[in-house]
Amino acid sequence: MAKTIIPDFRKTPTVDQVGIEERVARFTTRSIKKASKMEGLKMVLSMIDLTTLEGKDTEGKVKQMCYKAAHLHDVIPGLPTVAAVCVYPSMVKTAKAALKGTNIKVASVSTAFPSGQSTPEIKILDTKFAVENGADEIDMVISRGEFLSGNYNFVFEEIAAIKEACGKARLKVIFETGELSTLDNVRKISDLAMYAGADFIKTSTGKISPAATMPVTLVMLEAIRDYYYATGRMVGMKPAGGISTSKLAMQYLIMVNETLGAAWLSSEWFRFGASSLANDVLMQIAKETHGVYQSSDYFSKD
Amino acid sequence: MSTTKEPKLNFNSAWDLAPAPEDTKHISLKKQYDLFINGEFVKPNSKKYFATYNPATEEKIADVAEADEKDVDKAVKAARSAFGKWSKLTGKERGKYIYRIARLMQERAREFAVIETMDGGKSIRESRDIDVPLAANHFFYYAGWADKLEYAFPNKNPKPLGIAGQIIPWNFPLLMAAWKIAPALAAGNTVVLKPAETTPLTALKLAELIRDSGLPNGVVNIITGAGKTGAAIVNHPDINKIAFTGSTDVGKLIQRSVSGTDKKLTLELGGKAANIIFDDAPLDQAVEGIINGIFFNQGHVCCAGSRLFVQESVADLVIRKLKDRMQTLRVGDPMDKNTDIGAINSKEQLGKINDYIKIGKDEGAEMYQSTCVIPKKGYFCRPTIFLNATQSHRIVQEEIFGPVLTIQTFRTIEEVIEKANNIPYGLSAGVWTDKGSKIFNLTTKLKAGVIWANTYNKFDPTSPFGGYKESGFGREGGLHGLSAYLDM
Repeated sequence: MAKTIIPDFRKTPTVDQVGIEERVARFTTRSIKKASKMEGLKMVLSMIDLTTLEGKDTEGKVKQMCYKAAHLHDVIPGLPTVAAVCVYPSMVKTAKAALKGTNIKVASVSTAFPSGQSTPEIKILDTKFAVENGADEIDMVISRGEFLSGNYNFVFEEIAAIKEACGKARLKVIFETGELSTLDNVRKISDLAMYAGADFIKTSTGKISPAATMPVTLVMLEAIRDYYYATGRMVGMKPAGGISTSKLAMQYLIMVNETLGAAWLSSEWFRFGASSLANDVLMQIAKETHGVYQSSDYFSKD
Repeated sequence: MSTTKEPKLNFNSAWDLAPAPEDTKHISLKKQYDLFINGEFVKPNSKKYFATYNPATEEKIADVAEADEKDVDKAVKAARSAFGKWSKLTGKERGKYIYRIARLMQERAREFAVIETMDGGKSIRESRDIDVPLAANHFFYYAGWADKLEYAFPNKNPKPLGIAGQIIPWNFPLLMAAWKIAPALAAGNTVVLKPAETTPLTALKLAELIRDSGLPNGVVNIITGAGKTGAAIVNHPDINKIAFTGSTDVGKLIQRSVSGTDKKLTLELGGKAANIIFDDAPLDQAVEGIINGIFFNQGHVCCAGSRLFVQESVADLVIRKLKDRMQTLRVGDPMDKNTDIGAINSKEQLGKINDYIKIGKDEGAEMYQSTCVIPKKGYFCRPTIFLNATQSHRIVQEEIFGPVLTIQTFRTIEEVIEKANNIPYGLSAGVWTDKGSKIFNLTTKLKAGVIWANTYNKFDPTSPFGGYKESGFGREGGLHGLSAYLDM
């Protein structure tokens, strides 16, 4: 990576919440119709990180989800696959085997997901374990307690250390914005994570409410834009949790398009972390194809 | 792989939004409109009609009557004969009528929004989300005051003035009609109102609505015409109050005409507002405020933030962000729900804007426009900014009334206050900073009637609006707006 001057994060730009919410309201009034709707729906599908992150996950469950990831709805030809599946480190091997022969990536959460309450050594081991089992992408969580108590150096170094442990795997850094309380904090951690080496920045674990929101995502997209202008390096964005309807997902795409432009409208730079979004999108695609809505029983729930 | 030499964002996405035009079949428009006098539509004495056009298509929408002096006199007589009964109604009863107008306007909101966009060129997003709801809110708000005048102005024995002659501009045709009519009625006055000649249709639809509401005949009279009709209203001896919103030149003429008479006068005239961005501002939101300040309603806004002042230390950053944001603005068919910037109101106004753009270039300011494609037919103007503008430039001194922004930089707070006030106008201003104390310091020193902090172009019926210096006098909205229609 080219040499980048690390800025003073205390001087991170401020964010006005009222202004952010007004801007978001403008995105949500965009009307997406006909061809642009179909195109948008397919784009959403291709950007999904199909996720199962539960204590009760089994190999069987993960295999079923992987099949769904590659065969979203074979009744309608020409649909893309999702971008990745997202699982716990213990399931990476299973997922990798199940997805052999597809272009679908395997993402693994790590660093004592979801709380991050563990030692740096264990977090690195956790990450290396996932990478060695074949994870293409690592979704780490930051130490929110350290961040909120102002230990920015700790958080920065932790991210940098995990990035190193990732090797060739792309690193997504989860902020758990639902625990950060202000948009100013969201902006600050976004800058910090990108300078520490994040390939993607991600809103939430999905375990805390609120998870991803449009205002939080907009603040992160604006941080990505400023970082890109400052360094020339593109960083990806992943809102996760709480995006379960295609209408909302399309509003996110509008927001990406009008904040970062066309280059970010691909699964390489934008993802949705979601478990139930795919079927809602499929339902809309089926409606656009056949002209009528179909019952949810026509869409597989794996 | 992920690094490029010179970072640049591309907003011309392959994923383009398909047209999403608002349905126009539900509206009812006549081919020809007469004058609304004494509760009915009557033919003009002048026998003359003029056409009103859709500025986005250049097609004629309807013919509208031209009121001459005799028509004006007829309207004033109707208002006078209605005044006695109307002013003696209890406030509660008057309030009921005004509430009814407000509710009917909400019920017909869609139709009003579509016609406002057809006749004036503003985007359907704005007429639907701002103009029409805000107009209804003004009626709701003042309806509530009708039976509380004694409490609003205790020990002052407030009484209505009589007949209010009201002349409104073309930039917010329905909203301005609401700003004028609602407080006048709440205070117990009767009204003769003239909308602008390029945008008479929503006022005439309002006349239909008022007729349907059962408001007593003659309480509101709406007559159409151009400058001559307006002059006849201003000079009519039996009118007690003139309320005018429009250009400073016409405002001066009106003030001359009413001097030496008993007529009360409020003028809401032009503006050239400073929008001031400090280096500690939330910059992305400030950029949004710049956009809303100057490109809202194609810049046809008297309080538009048309002079941008950016602190030098963040000027390059703000300008880069502004250019990127401008690139995402969609200019075109006002009826499309995705259009951000609609059509310029008239050919004449487009000509005036283009003249100023040429003046700006000749003066040596550096012009930048977004690269959007604008429709071949209709009157459209690309969002335009002028960098390196100075106080001595005409584009900085004069009101352009279009989507044209001048950008100046400043170093210190004293410098920006001096420059912001160094203008004949004083209607509005904007201040962007994260520091509350700085906001209060500036609001006491900027000579502007309305100052927005960390936002811009926010309107509310409860908030008074009006200017200093050549931006006029008197306030509309809130209690101040009510007092302008009362004799106390």
